[in-house]
Amino acid sequence: MSSIRRVVVTGLGAITPIGSTVPAYWEGLKNGVSGAAPITRFPAAKFKTRFACEVKDYNPDTYFDRKEGRKMDLFTQFAVIAADEAIADAGLLEGVDKDRVGVIWGSGIGGLRSLQEECFQFERGDGTPRYSPFFIPRMIADSSSGNISIKNGFRGPNFVTTSACASSNDALIAAFNNIRLGLADAIVTGGSEAAITESGVGGFNALKAMSERNDDPASASRPYDKDRDGFVLGEGAGALVLEEYEHAKARGAKMYAEVIGGGMSSDAYHITAPDPSGSGVVLVMQNALRDAGIKPEDVDYINTHGTSTPLGDGAEIKAIETVFGAHATALNISSTKSMTGHLLGGAGGIEAVACIFAMQNSLVPPTINLHTPDPEINQALNFTPNVAQAREVNIAMSNTFGFGGHNTSVIFRKLDH
Amino acid sequence: MSEIAEKVKAIIIDKLGVEASEVTPEASFTNDLGADSLDTVELIMEFEKEFNVSIPDDQAENIQTVGQAVSYLEEHAK
Repeated sequence: MSSIRRVVVTGLGAITPIGSTVPAYWEGLKNGVSGAAPITRFPAAKFKTRFACEVKDYNPDTYFDRKEGRKMDLFTQFAVIAADEAIADAGLLEGVDKDRVGVIWGSGIGGLRSLQEECFQFERGDGTPRYSPFFIPRMIADSSSGNISIKNGFRGPNFVTTSACASSNDALIAAFNNIRLGLADAIVTGGSEAAITESGVGGFNALKAMSERNDDPASASRPYDKDRDGFVLGEGAGALVLEEYEHAKARGAKMYAEVIGGGMSSDAYHITAPDPSGSGVVLVMQNALRDAGIKPEDVDYINTHGTSTPLGDGAEIKAIETVFGAHATALNISSTKSMTGHLLGGAGGIEAVACIFAMQNSLVPPTINLHTPDPEINQALNFTPNVAQAREVNIAMSNTFGFGGHNTSVIFRKLDH
Repeated sequence: MSEIAEKVKAIIIDKLGVEASEVTPEASFTNDLGADSLDTVELIMEFEKEFNVSIPDDQAENIQTVGQAVSYLEEHAK
């Protein structure tokens, strides 16, 4: 192996429930805007949860010609839109060897809407199979990375990572490793999800995982609050262009931050419940710190998984206390899912963008809806409640965990630090 | 234009995202209207659905142009 190569972030993209571009998303984050509202994607009157964080005023015709858009599930449309923004931001279409540019994307579920619609249609018919030839390519999760590469001619490593809500971070770590190992010079990474469908909402309701606060959607995602009752389903995509440092420097690319470490672990405990001891989460943060070669005290900000579920939030915070010791109370901690809802496999993508903008702007986005702190959670920690806090952020950590017990943690460093 | 021809034209415009003026009888789905192999399969399926016919694969292979589709369907539509 060649000597370890450094990896920097040279482009960002986002389409989220609180803003459909990176600048709009950041405006929403710093102002503490909630993206939750009644569901418009399907008639939800009979569902236990009738609200979600949808991408607002979304019209595929704004982004795709009709024929092109029709061939992509919504989660792939979001992927292509966010990737396009990141690729343009990085100036990655000119003056690079596209055989050395890859796409490693994350999606926990893939084309749930396409699967569901096709099955509904078959069920309504007379038993004659009339499946669309676009059904399988719309549904499979890797259609996201496939479409991004086809549109842009990127012929390097190309695949999708699936680890539920940890999928984006696994994609980021895979991209980081591929570049470090010299297998690519740049990789478009991140993740997307679009599961606000009958089967998505019905399925998560059956798991008792989602908030049912239908009378007040905007306050439903309330991580670390005593009255939290589950996550709020979100949709959208976050994209990053990761690039080898010398490659980026040689072409004069703007560099947002450096990726310095990635950690992965598994709870090996239960298929949906988090291990209440938090030991898998302790392990993942230790793995990430070790990979980055930094001490816990070097970290300024943690963008937590913090989904607003009764069990998960507390376990993660306990783990942070274990890993960071006395420094835990000096950290800024926030769950931006309080604003965006939970993008599942897309969460790590948009949360990486949040971490990088926190560094760029020396401003930590808040955990909104934190009005009645949970006495079971150590409130000596700074959860950045309700209002963004000015703070110089040199090193930020982004945690995501997924059903199946997958834990991931990525660490970013400010470039001039 | 026959009612069948009108419907065929509408399906092609919808599925291939082309302009009405491009959908001439001689127009080939793949060479003139930008269809790939999957688009062609989808068109045949839509014809089957709309006209309640079943088009065997060996006959579908001979439907390459707008005019060929109209002729086939005028002959076989129920």
